[in-house]
Amino acid sequence: MSINLRFKTSKFIDETYRVSFKFNNKTYFGFKGDTLASALLANGIHLVGRSFKYHRPRGIMTSGSEEPNAIIQLHDNSSRTEPNVRATEVEIYEGLVASSQNCWPSVNFDVGGINNLLSPILPAGFYYKTFMWPASFWEKYEYFIRKSAGLGKSPKVTDPDLYEHNYIHCDVLVIGAGISGIMAAKIAAKNGFKTLLVDEKSYLGGSSIYDNSEFSKINNQLTSSWLEKEINEISKLENLEIKVRTSVAAFHGYNFLLARENLTDHLPINQRENKVRQRLLKIRAKKVITATGSIERPLIFDNNDRPGILLSSAIKKYIDLYGVACGENNVLFTNNDTAYETAMSLIQRGIKINAIIDNREQVDSKISYEVEKNNIKIYKGYSVVDTYGYRRINKISIMKLSKDGQTVIGDKTKLNCDCLGVSGGWTPAVHLFTQSGGKLRFREEDQVFIPDVYPSDQISIGSCNGDFSLEEIVKNTLFSLKKFFNIDNSEYKTIEIISGLNQSKRNIWLLPSDKSIGKTKSFVDYQNDATSKDIKLALREGFRSIEHVKRYTTTGMGTDQGKLGNMHALGIISETAGTKMGEHGTTTFRPPYTPLTFGTIVGRNVGEFFDIFRRTPIHDWHVANNAEFENVGQWKRAWYYPKDNENMHQAVQRESKAARDSAGILDASTLGKIDIQGTDASEFLNRVYTNAWSKLAVGKCRYGLMLNEDGMVYDDGVTTRLGENHYIMTTTTGGAANVLGKLEDYLQTEWPELDVYLSSVTDHYATISVCGPNSKKIVSKVIPDLDFSDENFPHMSFKNAKIGNIKCRIMRISFTGEQSYEINIQANFGKSVWEKCMEAGKDFNITPYGTETMHLLRAEKGFIIVGQDTDATLTPIDLQMDWIVSKKKYDFIGKRSLYRSDTIREDRKQLVGLLTENPEEVLEEGAQIVSDVKKSPIEMLGHVTSSYYSPNLKKSIALGVVKSGKNMLGQKLIIPMENKNINVTVADPVFLDKEGKRLNAKL
Amino acid sequence: MKQLRDLSKQKIGVVAAGHSSVIANMAGLKLPLESKPLQALVSEPVKPIIDTVVMSNAVHAYVSQSDKGELVIGAGTDDYVSYSQKGSHDIVEGTLNAILELYPIFSRMRMLRQWGGIVDICPDASPIISKTSIKGLYFNCGWGTGGFKATPGSGDLFAHTIANDEPHKLNAAFNINRFVSGDLVDEHGAAAVAH
Amino acid sequence: MFLINCPFCGEREQSEFKAGGEAHIVRPKQPTELSDDEWAEYLFMRKNIKGVQFERWNHVHGCRKWFNMVRDTSNDQIKAVYKMGEKPPIK
Ligand SMILES: Cc1cc2nc3c(=O)[nH]c(=O)nc-3n(C[C@H](O)[C@H](O)[C@H](O)COP(=O)(O)OP(=O)(O)OC[C@H]3O[C@@H](n4cnc5c(N)ncnc54)[C@H](O)[C@@H]3O)c2cc1C
Ligand SMILES: [Zn+2]
Repeated sequence: MSINLRFKTSKFIDETYRVSFKFNNKTYFGFKGDTLASALLANGIHLVGRSFKYHRPRGIMTSGSEEPNAIIQLHDNSSRTEPNVRATEVEIYEGLVASSQNCWPSVNFDVGGINNLLSPILPAGFYYKTFMWPASFWEKYEYFIRKSAGLGKSPKVTDPDLYEHNYIHCDVLVIGAGISGIMAAKIAAKNGFKTLLVDEKSYLGGSSIYDNSEFSKINNQLTSSWLEKEINEISKLENLEIKVRTSVAAFHGYNFLLARENLTDHLPINQRENKVRQRLLKIRAKKVITATGSIERPLIFDNNDRPGILLSSAIKKYIDLYGVACGENNVLFTNNDTAYETAMSLIQRGIKINAIIDNREQVDSKISYEVEKNNIKIYKGYSVVDTYGYRRINKISIMKLSKDGQTVIGDKTKLNCDCLGVSGGWTPAVHLFTQSGGKLRFREEDQVFIPDVYPSDQISIGSCNGDFSLEEIVKNTLFSLKKFFNIDNSEYKTIEIISGLNQSKRNIWLLPSDKSIGKTKSFVDYQNDATSKDIKLALREGFRSIEHVKRYTTTGMGTDQGKLGNMHALGIISETAGTKMGEHGTTTFRPPYTPLTFGTIVGRNVGEFFDIFRRTPIHDWHVANNAEFENVGQWKRAWYYPKDNENMHQAVQRESKAARDSAGILDASTLGKIDIQGTDASEFLNRVYTNAWSKLAVGKCRYGLMLNEDGMVYDDGVTTRLGENHYIMTTTTGGAANVLGKLEDYLQTEWPELDVYLSSVTDHYATISVCGPNSKKIVSKVIPDLDFSDENFPHMSFKNAKIGNIKCRIMRISFTGEQSYEINIQANFGKSVWEKCMEAGKDFNITPYGTETMHLLRAEKGFIIVGQDTDATLTPIDLQMDWIVSKKKYDFIGKRSLYRSDTIREDRKQLVGLLTENPEEVLEEGAQIVSDVKKSPIEMLGHVTSSYYSPNLKKSIALGVVKSGKNMLGQKLIIPMENKNINVTVADPVFLDKEGKRLNAKL
Repeated sequence: MKQLRDLSKQKIGVVAAGHSSVIANMAGLKLPLESKPLQALVSEPVKPIIDTVVMSNAVHAYVSQSDKGELVIGAGTDDYVSYSQKGSHDIVEGTLNAILELYPIFSRMRMLRQWGGIVDICPDASPIISKTSIKGLYFNCGWGTGGFKATPGSGDLFAHTIANDEPHKLNAAFNINRFVSGDLVDEHGAAAVAH
Repeated sequence: MFLINCPFCGEREQSEFKAGGEAHIVRPKQPTELSDDEWAEYLFMRKNIKGVQFERWNHVHGCRKWFNMVRDTSNDQIKAVYKMGEKPPIK
């Protein structure tokens, strides 16, 4: 670059530290402290991207997070690539690689630019209109639409970076470290409040920190110098924590806020290893002070989007903070005084200003006189009507505005320029305030929305509260803070402010043109290419609500979320519709304020930390013995134990057979266990189970079924009476927490008079179930002191025992239909007792089996699994379990529901057994059951709920629910599959040992 | 004040979704509904990367990509009644946890916009398309998290029900009386993840 | 995320709690005496109020106690919390 666009920089740029980076495959240099945008501008580059719809060339427009145009892909094709990054926010580092997006083959020559020529046929709502007709073509259109979709490219490999969460509780959170935020933080901290001050930028001080103007001074010092001292002072305050590069993303109710702290994005890639990239701060603040400043408004005129057109305040920031001139021949276009501050900054460095175009007829502030004194031509009462130059602006034309500002009159004058700064006044950044539920008020004088009603303990101060002059900002901030903290503030007793700016503004939302509106392209939303014409079209087509206009035109739907253009859209709507601003609503600002990385939101909850895994005390043994695992809720349960390359089917057949022929062993530790104590424990069980409990003797076990209050089966399990007032209840593995919750609910809210206490003891015990004809011999070896005779220890009873000197409880209960013993022992002894059982069972071919075999064995016996054979529409009667529903009890949970007009119907879906015609054919679980495949539509009678090949019965067995199934015993039904119909016969759901002989069998 | 018109001789069909109970309460009717916050979010737009809707009950989330290029993501509701059109951050976090479990490559994508709506949920997670105990008052509601894809069909059946004062056989099962008789249509499994 | 003042533990994050629906719906003492309609009223019918609602919450990851809350469902403002069995502190 031959021309020198870099001037004397501020202390924020380190000119001794040169940084090289790549943009679109070419190497450039900048300095430490530059943003990608400032470094590109210093290299004379404005054109960085293409717009979404028309692919128009677009340049850097702003200097912050409101940037709509200069969005780029970082580190394309690498694991750290990131799409849609704003060049204005990226701090450059050595080795940065950036490329333009949404253009092909290159940003300078983009084939999609044809859309610009086609724009007359791509109006607002073009998706809805053009592509929906004829409907059958949609799929073809969609192909092309999708191809042109999106901006950058998604990463395609796993993210190498780490993220984390951090909870912060503070008395006061100050958002924004501009002048008002810094004053607020100082006052808060000095008054004893634990305070957190955050700012999205890498430095403190906001826009005042580079304000070196003679026209705004504090206590006779340059604003920047005064502020520097303040910053110096607060950085020493004990009560105050300061975080930069920290952007508040969301302001929720109850002063709960989310902020993203950026820790490594400004570092060279090779310095990022093993560091946390971003941190999500979850902040709960007693009081919140929003000091987020304001965003300069652009102006809406024909071709207002060319590269080289920037916000006037951005031009000022680039020269004052980064020392970069955006152009060599500048024109400023404004409706208020702030552009004159930009002019003074340029004048001070001797950068040429060709002219200032000012909407206002009257321009008479101290600063404007000073600018005029420097021989700068000011066109008062003029407007820009058009701009020229394809890849960079080179000319503008201007015309005189009529008195009412509705038309342009007189001759057109053309002016050369390579940079046009625009200023339409300022919009308070009320995004976070409205997110928190705050209500806005519209201030007519200067056409701004400002905070009105606060929903929580918070205030807005500074320009986000609608104070724009330095004097107002400082005075009102001090006043508000006194009230907010209820303090007699002694800071800033004497503060004197000089301001040379005048607050007058001539607001015209859509500037008039000499062309008809149909011939203009005045962009309101730059990124999405929504023009004033589109908005007017939406209104003509009958849309009124701002939310509808927004969706129809896509205004405000870009990655900048309409930070620049939303106000103009509202203005144009109300001007066109002849209504008052705010009448159509303001669009709701949705979180986040600036886009928030998924990884940051997720933090450490990735990979193995995505969910908790619960492991039983015997888990390691299962792993060592080749178990495959199944997730049951959060539990890892042994599923089956393949031997010698067995597949699941083979392993399950072997395990099932062994359990019935000799002995099997199951880790049942995951079953829910609830310890129930109290003088009313029996009464409590009477109320929560369908069967009766009062007469259960101490030392006995009983199976119980629990319903929902709607009469549908909720959970089941065996409960044992350990003592007069002491029970232990088991629940299904998945239902444990819910059952406990439900029981607590009834106990605390419906039956507080009952003397009952519940505690979850699931994790306290390991549960080992030894079953099979030889189970008794095995447990007798493990516990030789206990009398296991059927007389002393019959089925459905329990004994306290000791293994060594470790106490344990043995229940003789069975889910397999075999004789079986459940040893419950303190969890940490689980594995050694399991190993003891394995050792004792060696001679009996004791075979560990997993959940799959357990399911098969219980299905042979027709035992249900709640949640597999049931959904929330099956009553115990439907399950053919009438025997467990007490007729005598006056009430229990769900009883009344069993006697409703529908629940007593005979033709409900009922649980039955199903046997296939071909005993080798195993049904698919979930398959439909019908009786007549020829009828159309086919009537669905039910579905298969459980299905297995039983090695013990040597045939396929299944359970299912079928309409009127109870009365269909022996009937033939059909299971229609994709390419065949399977014939089945309805059978008793108990396939094996209906009499229960095996439970007491003596071998 | 505006003159209230007597509507007692006419038929009124209510399709107020989250606000169904509010209108029912005006007529002195209670419905078996709870209105809860349901949130969704979109990422910034990117070039096509996923060309189908993926929904997982195992991790609890869904994701698809709009024609504009945004990833459209959501999951389930909060557990409390609310008409505030806001939900809790925990739901958003849980949803994105699940998305990154499915697609770790989306870790560096960014959430652009996040919002909440109100969904009216029946105890059996099935809708109501039905006449009521008040003559001439009909409700099509209770669609919960999944009423969008059913709108044309449900509208058609609702019109039929209003016109004939009797349900079509396709919506007969979705009558409001099922909550009295006990003939519930359990769709919790299918409705667990909004999609 | 609400900040909920558990009557037993004090202010805690919403994530520690579980909502339990409308409050003050008493389980009928004699369900068998009720008609199907009356039983359905207890089981399923809810006011589902937009505005001030009396509802149940459980401090499920804390003291496990159930308690009542008065909350405006239109803006989620919590007006009061009180223990089970107590009279609502506001109307
Ligand atoms: C975040 C979110 C994501 C969703 N995702 C999906 C999805 O992926 N798939 C899916 O199938 N469904 C989804 N849904 C559900 C779906 O949006 C709804 O079920 C569906 O929109 C309901 O349609 P509706 O016509 O019954 O009601 P709505 O479209 O909600 O319309 C109800 C209308 O009634 C109006 N109204 C209310 N009260 C009054 C009154 N007193 N007077 C006059 N008008 C009134 C409302 O303003 C509104 O316009 C989602 C919902 C949400 C909130
Ligand atoms: Zn508590």
